[in-house]
Amino acid sequence: MNEAADVIVVGGGSTGCGVVRDLARRGLDAVLVEKGNLTHGTTGRMHGLLHSGGRYAVSDRKSARECIEENRVLRDIASHCVEETGGMFVKRPEDDEEYFQEKLEGCRACDIPVEVIDGEEARRREPYLARDVEKAIVVPDAAVDPFRLCVANAADAHEHGARIETHAEVVDVLIEDGAVVGVAVEHRSGPGKRVHRKPGTREEIRADYVVNATGAWAGQLGDMAGVDVEVRPSKGVMTVMNTRQVDTAINRCRPKGDADIIVPHETACILGTTDEEVTDPEDYPEEEWEVDLMIETLSELVPVLKEARTLRSFWGVRPLYEPPGTGTDDPTDITRDYFLLDHDERDDLPGMTSIVGGKLTTYRMMAESITDHVCEKLDHEATCDTAEAPLPGSDDFSVLRDYMEEFGVRSPIGRRSVQRLGSRADDVLNGTDPNPVVCECEGVTRAEVQDGIDAAGSDLNAVRIRTRASMGNCQGGFCTHRIAAELAQQYPEPVVRDAEDELYQERWKGQRHALWGRQLSQTMLNHLLHATTMNRDGDPAGLDGDVAFDAFDAGPGTDAASGTGSPDGTAATDGGVDGDR
Amino acid sequence: MAIDSDVLVAGGGLAGITAAVAAAREGADVRLVSYKASTLRQASGLIDALGYVPPTEPAKALREGPPTAGRGVDPDEWPDPDGPLADPFAAIDRLPADHPYRVLGADALRDGLALFDDLVGDAYGGSHTDRNALVPTFGGSVKPTARYPRAAAAGLASDDTPTLIVGFRSLTEYDARAFADRLTAAGVPFPVAGVEVEFAEAFRADAKITRTARALDADEPIDGTPAREALSKAVAPHLHDIVDGDGGVDRVARVGFPAFLGDDHAAEVRADLADRLGADVFEVPMGPPSLPGLRLEDRLYDALDREGVRFETGNPVVGVETAADGRVDSVTVSRKGREVPYAADAFVVATGGLVGKGIESDREGVREPAFDLHVPHPDDRYEWFVDDAFGEQPYARFGVRPNGRAQPLDAAGEVQYGNVFAAGSVVGGADVAREKSASGVSLATGVVAGVEAARTAAGAETTDAATEASQ
Repeated sequence: MNEAADVIVVGGGSTGCGVVRDLARRGLDAVLVEKGNLTHGTTGRMHGLLHSGGRYAVSDRKSARECIEENRVLRDIASHCVEETGGMFVKRPEDDEEYFQEKLEGCRACDIPVEVIDGEEARRREPYLARDVEKAIVVPDAAVDPFRLCVANAADAHEHGARIETHAEVVDVLIEDGAVVGVAVEHRSGPGKRVHRKPGTREEIRADYVVNATGAWAGQLGDMAGVDVEVRPSKGVMTVMNTRQVDTAINRCRPKGDADIIVPHETACILGTTDEEVTDPEDYPEEEWEVDLMIETLSELVPVLKEARTLRSFWGVRPLYEPPGTGTDDPTDITRDYFLLDHDERDDLPGMTSIVGGKLTTYRMMAESITDHVCEKLDHEATCDTAEAPLPGSDDFSVLRDYMEEFGVRSPIGRRSVQRLGSRADDVLNGTDPNPVVCECEGVTRAEVQDGIDAAGSDLNAVRIRTRASMGNCQGGFCTHRIAAELAQQYPEPVVRDAEDELYQERWKGQRHALWGRQLSQTMLNHLLHATTMNRDGDPAGLDGDVAFDAFDAGPGTDAASGTGSPDGTAATDGGVDGDR
Repeated sequence: MAIDSDVLVAGGGLAGITAAVAAAREGADVRLVSYKASTLRQASGLIDALGYVPPTEPAKALREGPPTAGRGVDPDEWPDPDGPLADPFAAIDRLPADHPYRVLGADALRDGLALFDDLVGDAYGGSHTDRNALVPTFGGSVKPTARYPRAAAAGLASDDTPTLIVGFRSLTEYDARAFADRLTAAGVPFPVAGVEVEFAEAFRADAKITRTARALDADEPIDGTPAREALSKAVAPHLHDIVDGDGGVDRVARVGFPAFLGDDHAAEVRADLADRLGADVFEVPMGPPSLPGLRLEDRLYDALDREGVRFETGNPVVGVETAADGRVDSVTVSRKGREVPYAADAFVVATGGLVGKGIESDREGVREPAFDLHVPHPDDRYEWFVDDAFGEQPYARFGVRPNGRAQPLDAAGEVQYGNVFAAGSVVGGADVAREKSASGVSLATGVVAGVEAARTAAGAETTDAATEASQ
């Protein structure tokens, strides 16, 4: 276990997963370590837009060109992660006509295919658009599932020999003779899959090279190595709606601003976002005004949003970086470009490079460029094939078959399973019989949940991001206990309980920001189901004191029933033992 | 034609039915209108009175200002609740002062339970004692409850009878092995094992539990074998699954199933299975759709008929007409889009809470939509919750606040309308979920609201008669 690897990649977001896949496919022995679940930092906390590049076509044409190029690559290699929704930049009467024209020219200059449509045509395609939307530029935006994308990258890396360790937090960067030689990690529950209640261990992993792909956390890893990485974390809110008010990604056509995008995503729409610099990527206020701003401002584009039900809100932290000396105050002015910081060149610390900035759409290109860089450092010659090789789930898969008969599940559910699983559908869905639905909102069956458990251990949030189970309207109210019950096939009761509690609290966190109207009604129903009907909150198993069972009614004709014991039960020591038998 | 009655009850759940019957028994002419199917079908069918006094303060302040990312909540930092309580009545004084039990008094709960016992007869157990029973929940715990359906009676936890919990592989609500292990972790005084069997697989993988209940009702054949025989055959091999500490084997003497053992012929199904298995049979109450909840609903509507209460469902109360003296003259009922006034001398609001939509909210605030009764709540919606899902949640106590006669109070603490009374989840001040008090609050408020409404109506008639006589 302690033999040196070629490369350690720190960070299990899109960049880290992309890098470890590329390294492994080029034949290097790579280890990925991530302190939470894959996508736990920033990647899992974005709106899910696969950029066409249109968004950057005025301000940053280099980024725009990279986006359209990678947009085409991902439709090809990650087809099961991408929904081809298309996108529009819509113009309201008060939005600047000159900017509309600049956007159009910018897109054309960057080879982004565009079509201009009038308001009527825009509303024909998206009936909920506001009556006064004047016109729109149609672009090839798409929706991408960042969880599925990262998991597929990690799975491919694993198939090519890489070691993937989640819940493995780097606690030190090992430096010997002035060079980085590895990292020390704390495994939350030993190496391998996470299992609740399994004790943690510490491990030193040595390697010839370390890649810091921790994004907004890059400064923290830099500190451990004694180098400055001036990443500027900037938070943004995303608000999840309960249904797809639009089927196309809707962008507001104006220079920059908060609350200017709506992305359809699976069964939901995601509204975004804000842009506020924060000091700590893990501890920042999640504020009411941000949620209100999403609803108020975006209802100018889609008026029904004002009355619609929101399921939850979540915040992400962008890993913005600007080269020293730029002196930008407003985070919206900071470039979205990415940078490789070679700490040998910058800080006289060989053996480590940080990658900062960038965005999900171009993750593969970033990964390719840092893998090139590492190969050069290690004097390793190999060609990158990540732009051509399909990800697991996206290979050799063109027809959605009718899975109803084959897997014994209702057709719409089978269809959704297959859309999520792509070419893995046969492997996952075969052999689970019976295969009942576990999460009704998202149509997730036992087979998918078990597949997630096989990959991720008892961590139900990791199962959630792989399957979407508990991500629908009820936000886990009707299915947290069901998903947990699936763990019982492999894990003992205390593990099941801890995992269940963890998922329930995680689902609650986001709902706090949606507590009004129908979601408050749902929340109260969830509260009643879990507290009243199941008694999860008052379970004697979780209380300090013992329960005097014999102080309670054991049926007519028993001692306790006759009320001879004291009310607190201390004297009712012999009641109810045999009941009325 | 004018629609007029002595007492009009808005809402057809446990509280509305209780209020309607209580008013009818006072001699009032009662009409009940309800909008939708009651939330009884989402409830377990257990009649909880008070099982816990939950802590109202965390051990330490969790945060100031808005929620923050990344800062987790450790539930261990919350103090344990007071309970499970063997005696619900003795704990009422320890509840917050504005709790409906404190406001209405313990006798309201006694009266409510007595009325319930009378309405359901021998379909429920528990009336022989003031004490709570502990009943297994499908979450694998036990919970204190005041009354329990006969179908659950053999499962009471204060008993050392060896127990088998049965789960079905096609049912995802619980895993019977984890269920049994959880009961053991809760310290139950009986040995228990859990087994997952194949039975309901004969139906489609994701058939509703009501499908299974119907099959058992009719004893319809599954692959040629009658359903009850098929079920007992699936369970029989596991009657010796309990292994004690010395490696010895106990034969189970009772078997718990998810609550779908028949619907119309539930008692017959249980008796038949018990006979075949040579063990008592009990049901574990489940989440929605809940057969015990549906069975209770049927029973209560039959009771309404017997008590002479006229009722209609499907039409919401959308507003009220008030008279100059600050009383409500009539409520406006929306019937197929037409607004019809329903006049009465007194009104009971039993329209439900946040789940039943008797209490509504938006980003600006919380309100009672039918009568526009005052619902106290913090202005800032970020003060409606705390960070621990099972903590002291302000939203859980949202509702109108009554006086000792169940009359809703306005913001100044004055009676809002002299002839309006409130019952059930529309009444706030209790956290019925953590207290395990939902049914008890409905019964206590229902009986007081019903009696007070009837007496108010009788007073109004006396006044009217006097007025007419003097003319």
